[in-house]
Amino acid sequence: MHDAALPVRIDSRDGATVLAPRGDIDMSRAPAFREHVRRAIQSGPTRVVIDLSEVEYMDSSGLATLVEAMRNAKQAKTELLLCGLHQKVLAIFEIARLHQFFKIVPTVEDAVSSA
Amino acid sequence: MDWAMGDEPHIRVELRSDPNYLAGVRQLIAGVTQRIGFDEKSCSQVALAVDEALANVIRHGYGRECDRPIWVSIWTAPADSASGAYLRVVIEDEARHVETCDLKGRDLDDPQPGGLGVHIIREVMDEVEYAKRSPRGMRLTMIKHAPRAAGSASAEG
Repeated sequence: MHDAALPVRIDSRDGATVLAPRGDIDMSRAPAFREHVRRAIQSGPTRVVIDLSEVEYMDSSGLATLVEAMRNAKQAKTELLLCGLHQKVLAIFEIARLHQFFKIVPTVEDAVSSA
Repeated sequence: MDWAMGDEPHIRVELRSDPNYLAGVRQLIAGVTQRIGFDEKSCSQVALAVDEALANVIRHGYGRECDRPIWVSIWTAPADSASGAYLRVVIEDEARHVETCDLKGRDLDDPQPGGLGVHIIREVMDEVEYAKRSPRGMRLTMIKHAPRAAGSASAEG
């Protein structure tokens, strides 16, 4: 199987690393997403923000990547926040009852500035 | 129900077990459910459930081999049918047999990476049934009825 690429914009803002993937995150793209998130946490910022405003679909492969990221971030003492979730994507978090497992805020600005 | 087990499917797709084709099946399911009158939320959730079912076949059934066959069969009924709008999807493969009692979602109180697919399928679809095919492979049957709007039965004119 060859995994599909996933465009991800990466910025640094006020000490936080902001990852903004673009497109659906399903089983074909989750490995690429996982690698981007793993590298971001490994680089040791105090905070990693995953901006999902350009992700209109995510399946359990994407959710699993985020659960793993949350565990890795805790170990690395990095704060992980999610923002910009579309209603359809948030619904998937709710079905999996993961919406309370993550710190979810509306916008990148909220995520970067949250205490 | 307006269908019987022997009925020919309205749509039948054979695809390879390659995750790159999941997007195409999602679009098909979303398009069909929209056409028979499902609301937007139900369309996307049914597409998600079918995606999860196919991903499970690829991941667990075929061990991520990407050149094995999967068949997706679809039956539909429109909103003005006796039972209201519904979708029936049957997914068949030639993977190893799995004990159907093992196909249950995991404990959601302890978030773990993975194991969410079966939970999502059971949460979204109204009816879910796993069965063994003969001589090999599994068959998953899923049914979703469109939520009926209040007063919809008398709204048609």
